[in-house]
Amino acid sequence: MEDNELTKEFLIETNENLGRLDQEMVLLEKHPKDATLLASIFRVIHTLKGTCGFLNFSTIEGVTHHAETILGQVRNGERDLTPELVSLVLESVDIVKAELAAIEATNRESGVTYEDLVARLSAAAERKSAPAPAMAPAPAIVPTPPPVATAPPPVEAAEPETAPVAKQNDADANSAAKSGSVADSTIRVDVGLLDKLMNLVGELVLARNQVLQFTSRLEDASLTATSQRLNLITSELQEGVMKTRMQPIGVVWNKLPRVVRDLSSQCGKQIQLEMDGAETELDKTIIEAIKDPLTHIVRNACDHGIEGPEARMRAGKPAQGRLMLRAFHEGGNVNIEIADDGNGIDGQRVKAKALSQGIIREDQAERMTERELANLVFLPGFSTAKEITSISGRGVGMDVVKTNIEKIGGMVDVLSRRGAGTTIRIKIPLTLAIIPGLVVSVRQERFVIPQTSLLELVRLEGEDTQRLIEWIGNAPLYRRRGNLLPLAFLDRVLQLDDGSGGVPDVLNIVVLQAEDRQFGLVVDRVNDTQEIVVKPLGKQMKGISGYAGATIMGDGHVALILDVMGIAQRSGVLAEGRTSGRGDDKSSGDAIVDARNSMLLFRAGSFERLAVPLALVARLEEIPRERLEYAAGRPVVQYRGQLLPLVGLDGQSGVDSVGDADAPVQVIVFADADNRIGMIVDEIVDIVEEEIHIRRGSTRPGILGSAVIGNQVTDVLDLQAVISAGDVGWFEKTKDVRVLRVLIAESSAFGRGLLRSSLEMGGYAVSEAADAADALAKLSATRFDLVLAALDLPNDGAIRILESVRGQPETEHLPIVAMQPVSHIDSPARIAHHGFAASLSRLDREGMLRSLGQLAKSLDNEQPAVSGSRGNSALYQGSKRMDN
Amino acid sequence: MTAPDTTTGLNRQFATFFMRDLFFGIEVHKVQEVLRSQEMTRVPLAPAVLRGLINLRGQIVAAIDMRQRLSLGPRTADQEPMNMIVRAEDGAVSLLVDEIGDVIDVVSESYEPVPETMAPHLKQLVEGVYKLDGRLLLVLDTERTLQLQ
Repeated sequence: MEDNELTKEFLIETNENLGRLDQEMVLLEKHPKDATLLASIFRVIHTLKGTCGFLNFSTIEGVTHHAETILGQVRNGERDLTPELVSLVLESVDIVKAELAAIEATNRESGVTYEDLVARLSAAAERKSAPAPAMAPAPAIVPTPPPVATAPPPVEAAEPETAPVAKQNDADANSAAKSGSVADSTIRVDVGLLDKLMNLVGELVLARNQVLQFTSRLEDASLTATSQRLNLITSELQEGVMKTRMQPIGVVWNKLPRVVRDLSSQCGKQIQLEMDGAETELDKTIIEAIKDPLTHIVRNACDHGIEGPEARMRAGKPAQGRLMLRAFHEGGNVNIEIADDGNGIDGQRVKAKALSQGIIREDQAERMTERELANLVFLPGFSTAKEITSISGRGVGMDVVKTNIEKIGGMVDVLSRRGAGTTIRIKIPLTLAIIPGLVVSVRQERFVIPQTSLLELVRLEGEDTQRLIEWIGNAPLYRRRGNLLPLAFLDRVLQLDDGSGGVPDVLNIVVLQAEDRQFGLVVDRVNDTQEIVVKPLGKQMKGISGYAGATIMGDGHVALILDVMGIAQRSGVLAEGRTSGRGDDKSSGDAIVDARNSMLLFRAGSFERLAVPLALVARLEEIPRERLEYAAGRPVVQYRGQLLPLVGLDGQSGVDSVGDADAPVQVIVFADADNRIGMIVDEIVDIVEEEIHIRRGSTRPGILGSAVIGNQVTDVLDLQAVISAGDVGWFEKTKDVRVLRVLIAESSAFGRGLLRSSLEMGGYAVSEAADAADALAKLSATRFDLVLAALDLPNDGAIRILESVRGQPETEHLPIVAMQPVSHIDSPARIAHHGFAASLSRLDREGMLRSLGQLAKSLDNEQPAVSGSRGNSALYQGSKRMDN
Repeated sequence: MTAPDTTTGLNRQFATFFMRDLFFGIEVHKVQEVLRSQEMTRVPLAPAVLRGLINLRGQIVAAIDMRQRLSLGPRTADQEPMNMIVRAEDGAVSLLVDEIGDVIDVVSESYEPVPETMAPHLKQLVEGVYKLDGRLLLVLDTERTLQLQ
């Protein structure tokens, strides 16, 4: 038992010493002549050797013995400290650490003898006065001997954090006294005890809140005075106890010099690590949580960020790269910056990579700023390292860094300047146990919203509630500085509403950030902000999404803390573009399609605001009324030597009802190579180019659905429906041309409609299927030339279609084209791997027609028997009748 | 469904409560305390069996409505449930019961396994039965009771 105690003491002490040793060795390499440092290292190794001898840990004793010999030689000036020797000593330290772990676990050494290392150590100890040959094998070190090249600059930089060690004048005597005094003024405390204290203080804070509330009601002078004192003491106590859990970030940083040293020698780089703000304190749980992300970022910076010495010289930078760590407090948060002066993130390479992996679309990429491009590195599966090294570049990492930091309520951002370096900024809260929260109420129930998610509060009264809230179907939207903010009513989300529906006279909107999206949560009342103590929910509450925990309010009542992400998901405000993973809860027809398109806005018939993709529009014409003629009872106009048939929005020729009798008629001309049709409208409003979010298919004929365009709700024209209603023969086909039959398998009715329009304009015969079963039924009934399958069909529908089609001899060669959902884009390689003929973005109409045209051509070549002669390509087939 | 140690003939102590006309017992060491009706914060979206959360001296405790849990139908408006706070692995949980009974000693000889004919929704939460004078004591399986789907 006694022995165990002894061993435990030994482990604690040695682990502490070794942590310091790592750092000191790295420093020593930079300042090889620093006698104080050397003495300190020597002492640690010496003590370690002695204690291990006493405790009979012979492996450690043996290893440390040789290390001590070498260090002794260096100390006595018998030899110079070479990087090789430093590596050797560090290697020994590693082995000591491994052995210590073994001792901790089993109470004895592992039994491994490390002959190789011992042999190398003793060899090195023998060959003492041969520094030159010892230099040569050190592979990583570039010709300039590091001591000379690197010694001067680091002095100042490294000074602050090494001060306690380096500034000791008379090594042995002085430091003994010093360490004694430190030991006297600090004690070790079990972390469990601190956690318990923290909990108790949490209770006390709550009790204090309650007392204060009572006091305010009772108006008793002495009670008020007492409770004021209680208030102050509690606050101080809370601060004090929270401080006991605080650790300087240096605890994590300490091991980084070693990491950087090892990496730079591995990569043949010279990197100087500077640290500023190592004393910045953070809650222990947070320290734990950022340890790995920090190390990862530093490794990344060394591996990818900072260039090799030659490249740096060529770029006109000093051969030695700088890696700067900075930590500081700012408004209840801790900021950590990791900055390197390396090559920066290559935006173009990131872009190319993201495109090739299908993470972003081409048109998106074009519009992204350098900063946005740089932030792509946080996406899962992303790595731009040209080659995979043992250090980094396996495509896992930065996304994990981001998730880990976000898990503790932090944020991470990357700034990069080409050629000048990369800075990664992390912002994390000081503590997790007590957080500021916004108290809101709805239907007499109170809830707390963590302030970190809060963006702003909006209050709408009177007619504003009507004017500024717009509805698209059941989805309310608020116009916030020109942008549409989806709204969720908290009472409805929590199923507290009495079903009365409607919008109340006063709306309190809490604007929240959930991941990268914003939404407005409508509550009855916004009460106030409070420091709240977060209490976990028992396991009975697991499985109810929407709550992050609970807390006790000043009046002693329990209030639930809302999980903003969960609420957002429940309310569906995040549903758009996030189909993956939650695909099965919502596969109804009102799926959403995003696109950035040029749209022509116009007014026609009973519609105030209609839009049609500009790509479909050939010309805009103003036609004087007197030029209108009638042919076969239909309005036509002579246009460029041909007759242009005119239709109204409803497909009928409502010329008379349109506009002033004297004013010219506004006509939108739609055309492909052979056909033209004019649509009579009331007024051309505008042409806009923007990201368009279309929602909900429409049941009105001639309308595909609604979108928010130019900040207003706008209906999107179903051109195909208008043309066919107009019955002008556009879609009639001449006999000798076989029309390619295309089957669209897509769950959203709206998506199908949009595609159908495009394809029919392009001369294809189109059938639709809403799901895999439907598609397979249609495929077995009719012969198709091509299938377009949406990859986000429920239950892997696209794959099911593919497999089933491939499984049957008659459809074995039927090309199936994968349509990428907007939200989740698979890599082309994966698509091809499945056996799809091609993959297309659902929204890239031009690209789609082009690809289909090519596919059609190749079909022709492969299967000449199938069809007769055809014109240029499938795109331009169509009836000639109209022209005659 | 652990049977009590019959070989030694040791007696067990139960804290008891009533649910309608049924008489239940929980081993006394599992019960932390008994409280009158408490103010409760209801939890929207939670199943009906989870009646709400109460503040037990700074600890947040979920309250399970035993009427719901045992499928015994609702209480009348004037019936205020009592809180029987039981110890669970991750803190305490309150069971809302109709009425609190005494703490009683039972002898192991009077133990019987659960009768086969007992209604299934009761049977799955009852460990066994003690035959007392004039009535039966149903031993509540607290672990199962606290497991909500």
